[in-house]
Amino acid sequence: MIRFVLLISRQGKVRLTKWYSPYTQKERLKAIRELSALILPRGPKLCNFVEWKGLKVVYKRYASLYFCICVDSEDNELDGLEVIHHYVQVLDRYFGNVCELDLIFNFHKAYFILDEILIAGELQESSKKSVSRVISAQDTLVENAKEQASSLSNMIAQATK
Amino acid sequence: MSFTTMEQLKTIGRELAMGSQGVWGSSKEFLELVKTIGEAKSKAEEERIVLAEIESLKRRIQEPDVPRKKMKEYIMRLVYVEMLGHDASFGYIHAVKMTHDDNLLLKRSGYLAVTLFLNEDHDLIILIINTIQKDLKSDNYLVCCAALTAVCRLINEETIPAVLPQIVELLNHQKELVRKKAVMALHRFFQRSPSTVSHLFPAFQERLCDRDPSVMSAVLCALYDMILVNVKPFKHLVASLVSILKQAVEHRLPKSYDYHRTPAPFVQIKLLKILALLGTGDKAASENMFNVLGDILKRSDSTSNIGNAILYECVRTLTSIYTNPRLLQNAAEITAKFLKSDNHNLKYMGIDALGRLIKITPECAENHQLAVIDCLEDPDDTLKRKTLDLLYKMTKANNVEVIVERMVEYIRNISDNHYKTEISSRVIELAERYAPSNQWFIQTMNQVFEIAGDLVPQKVAHDLMRLIAEGAGEEDEDADSHLRSSAVQAYLQILKEPKLPSILLQVISWVLGEYGIADGSHSAEFIIGKLCDIVATRPGDDKLKGYVVSAITKICAFEKAAGQTVDLIPECVSFIEELYASHSTDLQQRIYEFHAVLKLDRDTIASILPMDASCEDIEVDKDLSFLNSFVESALANGSRPYLSDNERRGMGAMTTLASNNDAGTSSLLRFQPYEKPSIPEPAAALVTASHYSQDAIDQHDIYSSTITVSTSSRAPESSSNDGTRLKLEGVQKKWGRPTYTPEAQVPKNPINISDSVKVSSSAAGKEASSRNSSAPPYTERKQPSQEISAEKKKLAASLFGSKAGETKAKPAAKLQQNGTSKKAPAKPTSPPAPAPAPPPADLLDLSDSLPQIPSVDPVDQLADLISVDSSAATSTTSLVEQVLDAGKVATKGPSPQASLQKDSVSRQVGVTPSGGTNPDLFKDLFG
Repeated sequence: MIRFVLLISRQGKVRLTKWYSPYTQKERLKAIRELSALILPRGPKLCNFVEWKGLKVVYKRYASLYFCICVDSEDNELDGLEVIHHYVQVLDRYFGNVCELDLIFNFHKAYFILDEILIAGELQESSKKSVSRVISAQDTLVENAKEQASSLSNMIAQATK
Repeated sequence: MSFTTMEQLKTIGRELAMGSQGVWGSSKEFLELVKTIGEAKSKAEEERIVLAEIESLKRRIQEPDVPRKKMKEYIMRLVYVEMLGHDASFGYIHAVKMTHDDNLLLKRSGYLAVTLFLNEDHDLIILIINTIQKDLKSDNYLVCCAALTAVCRLINEETIPAVLPQIVELLNHQKELVRKKAVMALHRFFQRSPSTVSHLFPAFQERLCDRDPSVMSAVLCALYDMILVNVKPFKHLVASLVSILKQAVEHRLPKSYDYHRTPAPFVQIKLLKILALLGTGDKAASENMFNVLGDILKRSDSTSNIGNAILYECVRTLTSIYTNPRLLQNAAEITAKFLKSDNHNLKYMGIDALGRLIKITPECAENHQLAVIDCLEDPDDTLKRKTLDLLYKMTKANNVEVIVERMVEYIRNISDNHYKTEISSRVIELAERYAPSNQWFIQTMNQVFEIAGDLVPQKVAHDLMRLIAEGAGEEDEDADSHLRSSAVQAYLQILKEPKLPSILLQVISWVLGEYGIADGSHSAEFIIGKLCDIVATRPGDDKLKGYVVSAITKICAFEKAAGQTVDLIPECVSFIEELYASHSTDLQQRIYEFHAVLKLDRDTIASILPMDASCEDIEVDKDLSFLNSFVESALANGSRPYLSDNERRGMGAMTTLASNNDAGTSSLLRFQPYEKPSIPEPAAALVTASHYSQDAIDQHDIYSSTITVSTSSRAPESSSNDGTRLKLEGVQKKWGRPTYTPEAQVPKNPINISDSVKVSSSAAGKEASSRNSSAPPYTERKQPSQEISAEKKKLAASLFGSKAGETKAKPAAKLQQNGTSKKAPAKPTSPPAPAPAPPPADLLDLSDSLPQIPSVDPVDQLADLISVDSSAATSTTSLVEQVLDAGKVATKGPSPQASLQKDSVSRQVGVTPSGGTNPDLFKDLFG
């Protein structure tokens, strides 16, 4: 089971966190601090796993972002690595060449996508197509709302011309 | 329209445009926030910005009539703030409110926020339940999904019944997405409280046959957890699970589940995990699986990461189900391939797989000696630790010294307390189980204490003291005293180092007290001086002081018994003076005992504190016959005769009854409270004799441990008027109730090992003797710690040169006998050079020669392997490219333009991503 997902930048800035097991705010901060100290200095050729408090953290670096997931010690690490990659691929597909800025400003979308891939600490959907389909279904509803808003702003813009 | 209103409208228009159509769909203020945080120079500055943001949010969120869209934005900003580690609890209620909204967009954001904010035990959850219930019934499947996602996070044990019926209904929803999430939610419920969903097992099994693979794979997650708890009810599923796995392997699931051309790998892995559970110790079930497992091994391509994940999982399954030699052979080959890989991840997996394999076929470890040593020497900490795990699993009597040395060396260099504790406890375990000699054991323990210090449990210290006291457990007194004096020497040496942990100092004090002057090479003054130094280093440690006082007492007693006078050095005197007024009653008692003992004459001292008697059994006079004369004289003086407990209780009951009768009216009320205290007694009374004697034993033990009294010597002493407290103790036992014995002393007692000695003396004796029967006497032993390094060099020389240091290489020789000599030359990794040389010995002893291995090991030996690897690398990249290309067709825009655009916009906004130069996340990965 996945305990939590953590996205941190190379500078140790948190970009996204999702906790599937109960952690208090204090424990969260501590975990983030310890893991950044553990993971960020690791060289590129070392293995993508670190042991941490009887759990294992699988991480992968994409450009300047580290995607980390914390799994039970009995879980398959390579599998975890591919879960990360799966998520990143879905993100990439959604944002179209995803970059860190996408995740910073659209972190809620990143969360929505994550919710479609992982639920309760388990991988729920391994088909990229299905994930994209759901997300776009949800987005069309959002788009409708946006259109209303933009038409309103257009009206104002025209009125102020 | 006035000018100002126009301006206002313009601003609103711009903000709206930003809010709804901004590049990232976020408002300007949020962009500003992120920007300033991104530009913050220090953590403190960032803190300040975030705190200011919190303040403004707090103010604005409480304004009346905040537009809903604005509220959503505030809440998203709260999520952001909380993500950065600040408290946003003031806004939780607004997030909860937002889940009530009819607009799906807002509702979804509300759910997202609450799932991020609230833990399942939060008070506000009760306010969401109603909304969730309503949403679960919604016609819109997206609303259902949003609610189900929230259910997985928020519902706790108490609220499960509120939503359970609806979720069970959703198992048959027409949308596969909803069915899948319903299964996941039920799975979560199972984790929370298994009993709530136990009646749903058939429903789960039905969903296993769902026509949609995603629902099926969700069921697999749940099944895994259920089977983990209890295998029995699921045994019949083996055949269907195997057939699902077969379909997956044979590529019969929809194409969209392919991942890097591997058919449904995540499903395969999950199934393999389940099969491993089902096949454990079940031959019939395992035989069902062999076919498909063999198929997987054949089909999975070891060039991609995901293929390796499946192979590794397959190895795991094979090692846990009933063994099949042929498949195990395959598993061993895969493991070998992992270990030989250049990829650290695969090496790690290989080490793990090897750890599993050697449980079944221990001899396969020998084929991978070099690879294992490589990993052990690797700079990668994770790999090193994993390798230590493996070594721990393969420790035997013949390699324990080297492995323990490695582990000790490792914990010396880490600062993580969690792993320090874990590994040091392993060291202790291994040392206890396989120690070749007591001397080695003591040295190892000293090292562990020195490094891990107070992380080591107290019991280990007691065991160590016991071992030193008992020695070999044989009649060989010479060896024992040699062991002890060497322990004393070692400890005096250790004392020179600064900052020793308390637990080690306790052991040292005890050993110095017992054996410091035993061999006559150190004077009493010297040892006492050392003991005082110990105290000086840790002024606040009462426990340690107790040890030291007892040690000083013993030394003084030994000296006096030997007919010499002891002049206490000034530090010691001041130390003792101080303790007379100590706050700790334990320390006070010790120091008064010390005083009392010193006043006694020589013979008495010799009998109450005999040399080296810490593990003599103390015989207890259960009838307390030595008190008879005292009792008689007391009776003669008119004391009341002793009543046994039974008699006394009978009387007590009678008096209570009588008083009750006297009291008359209130008899019923008063009866209860008086009765109660006597209730626990009967059980004790039934065994009065043994009970009391047991108590007496305890009492004696306390004594024996503080001043090592032997009972026989105590009789005359207690009848004399001098040892007041001793006598009182006895008297109390005879007449008083056992309630007020100074129990509090027991846990504080520093040297209560005599207890454990008694309890486990037979077992310990056996253990010690067995340990020693295999080891030659110490006198013939050399110092192991110095020897090992020399030994290693010799071994290395014997491996890579021609010099044979056979005489000293004892552990090595053992391993050779185990059959290495036959296997080693045949193993594929071993370089050709050492073949003519004597066969490789203990795998770990090679470590010193490691740096030389690459130079000897010719690349062409591994050429075929490497070529496979490089082709693997190229094929993976191309694969990735293909996948990405396929992805790009479907994505929203051509990549270079999109990224350029983003880049320029980000420059306009002034936000620099932390990556700096390259905002394109995938660029370096996918070229």
